Amino acid sequence: MTKKMTGAQIFMECLKREGVKHIFGYPGGVVLDIYDELTRQPDIHHILVRHEQAAAHAADGYARASGKVGVALVTSGPGATNTVTGIASAYMDSIPIVVFTGQVPTALIGNDAFQEVDIVGITRPCTKHNYLVKDINRLAYTIHEAFHIARSGRPGPVLVDLPKDVIQASTVPKFPEEIKIKSYNPTYHANPRQVKRALEMILSAKKPVLYTGGGIILSNAAEELTEFARALQIPVTSTLMGLGGFPGDDPRWMGMLGMHGTYCANMAVANADVLIAVGARFDDRVTGKLSEFAPHAKIVHIDIDPSSISKNVVVDVPIVGDCRDALTQLNELLKDKPHRDMTTVWGQWLDTVEDWEKKHPLTYTWSDTTIKPQYVVEKLWELTKGEAYITTEVGQNQMWAAQFYKFKYPRRLMTSGGLGAMGYGFPAAMGVQMAKPDAIVIDIAGDGSIQMNIQEMITVVENNLPVKVAILNNSFLGMVRQWQQLFYERRYSATPMVAPDFVKLAEAYGAVGLMATRPEEVEPVIKEALNTPRPVIMDFRVEPEECVMPMVPAGKATTEMLLA
Amino acid sequence: MEPRHTISVWVENIPGVLSRVTGLFSGRGFNIESLCVAETMDPEVSRITLVTSGDEQIIEQIIKQLRKLINTIRVVDLSELDHVEREMALVTIKAEDKSRAEVLRIADIFRCRVVDVSPSTYTLEITGNHEKLEAVLGLLKLHGILDVVRSGALAIQRSKKE
Ligand SMILES: Cc1ncc(C[n+]2csc(CCOP(=O)(O)OP(=O)(O)O)c2C)c(N)n1
Ligand SMILES: [Mg+2]
Repeated sequence: MTKKMTGAQIFMECLKREGVKHIFGYPGGVVLDIYDELTRQPDIHHILVRHEQAAAHAADGYARASGKVGVALVTSGPGATNTVTGIASAYMDSIPIVVFTGQVPTALIGNDAFQEVDIVGITRPCTKHNYLVKDINRLAYTIHEAFHIARSGRPGPVLVDLPKDVIQASTVPKFPEEIKIKSYNPTYHANPRQVKRALEMILSAKKPVLYTGGGIILSNAAEELTEFARALQIPVTSTLMGLGGFPGDDPRWMGMLGMHGTYCANMAVANADVLIAVGARFDDRVTGKLSEFAPHAKIVHIDIDPSSISKNVVVDVPIVGDCRDALTQLNELLKDKPHRDMTTVWGQWLDTVEDWEKKHPLTYTWSDTTIKPQYVVEKLWELTKGEAYITTEVGQNQMWAAQFYKFKYPRRLMTSGGLGAMGYGFPAAMGVQMAKPDAIVIDIAGDGSIQMNIQEMITVVENNLPVKVAILNNSFLGMVRQWQQLFYERRYSATPMVAPDFVKLAEAYGAVGLMATRPEEVEPVIKEALNTPRPVIMDFRVEPEECVMPMVPAGKATTEMLLA
Repeated sequence: MEPRHTISVWVENIPGVLSRVTGLFSGRGFNIESLCVAETMDPEVSRITLVTSGDEQIIEQIIKQLRKLINTIRVVDLSELDHVEREMALVTIKAEDKSRAEVLRIADIFRCRVVDVSPSTYTLEITGNHEKLEAVLGLLKLHGILDVVRSGALAIQRSKKE
């Protein structure tokens, strides 16, 4: 191409070259030219959110469901700062998104100009990388690099700050085909010698456990993981981020581990002699008291990010590389080398694990008169055959979703795991529905969290996105109340929550509102929602003082869990 | 006291890189005792020498986190290698009457250079490793230090001697 193009045109061309079809955004003064260019871009569909935080979360949900990079576009100043929570959440969960922020003209930068903020400075600690583009001749390259960095290695959010004069300038652009950053070279291929060592350690174990995380989902390694675990019959647990990486209906599945993990998973890890951590990062919500986490285990740790390895827990066999690559190698080694039927070798261990499972399965006390929140999630699971795309808000709703929706497939759960940002689930669901137009997408929500981004109701209505919201309405900031209930003698400070009439609210937005107050109403409400090809809010009035169990109190060992 | 480590970091010489490095230290609660930065022979590359302290696991994290920065080209923990380290201080000392001779004697013994003189003061340039600077400044303190400025450490790996 030898034609002169404006910054705005180059921007659009770059997006198309990256395969971007959808962007979530909100306009403003400094991005007027980009929005003007948008009118001439039939191939790029812009979804106008109602708050920029939602644009970032929607891009995140889009990325998780589709495996592509999610894109958000906002104006400078408040538009940019509004995205920070969404960026931080994507950062903590390693989700590839690129956020474009407008910036005041380069001549004004540093002058406290109208709607100027140093968004590159603000987001430096919560992006994988970020850029201020000062020269239009760097624009195409920078955008290409931004997408490359977002999706490669350990993925993450990248922010590109675009001053107005750069967007308005014009040049004859060069679109780079390839990216070579001399200072950035993620290791994908796991060291075969380390992999061999790991396998030897695993085969000589007496009580092995697989502990898997979001890395399985991000590297598309669910199949390889399942093949490996099934070949050896190793019991599997995963973090919140890893759910769906191993089928929730497999006999070797122990459930999630950690603070609200199952008794079985936590006991198995505590007693394991070899722990195989794959794409997980030994987060404090998983380990509890660190010194008592897997105290008897030799640890194999596979992760693409070297800084995750031996960060919290010292590891015996570190393997830096892509989870899928490492698991593929393990599977190949197993094929080459006939091994004994491990169910007989590990028979006793597998029996013990099964006993733990039977002793304290995930459960709740049924009530004939009030709806139990767990029952709602169970019914959602049953009526969607476990096939829906589930997003969650944060709090009890999130944990019940994780516990009772038995995820069979990867990329079906989108939740703000690391940051725990209330208000994530609904805009994320919007993003998921954009990526998967024909899928059932349900935000399992709390009455508190849903109010943090409820304004997006109108976005889903406007765009005919038939997202379903299932509010587990306990009239509380339930998870905080649970801590007050258990550890602060029930002094419910600032946790009783008054909510609007969600049915009327849905209707006001032009969506459908349904309510259930009794257990027998749950199923009909869900069925009606699933049969409604429009956005629906389901308001389930659930038991107000229900607690998420099991629970490992903060700072305690994971074996010291409260069970009821 | 946890062991000191002198770490060399080669980074791309572009705006904002230094704040990525320092932000990493403040954000993760690592400490920086000193920091020196300047361009290398390749104008596209800067070299940072930083001194930090921590146990083995912390130093390992520091190095890994530094490597993780997109603009970082290379990270070397010089403390693991045979290396030469230098710091510099400029110090103005009260020197009147008989202490004038004494200050000069100290300067001489430690091979400091006198870079400024007034009837009642000397300004010395001291170079050496960390311990030497501490020792000289300790002695000079007895005469009354009026002003002092210190650089961070610079360090370079020793060449292999065949
Ligand atoms: C943005 C944000 N603010 C505060 C919190 C702290 N917090 C964690 S869970 C929770 C309660 C959530 O209430 P609700 O959405 O009703 O969910 P429930 O726990 O009742 O299911 C709060 C306030 C948070 N995680 N995120
Ligand atoms: Mg609630």
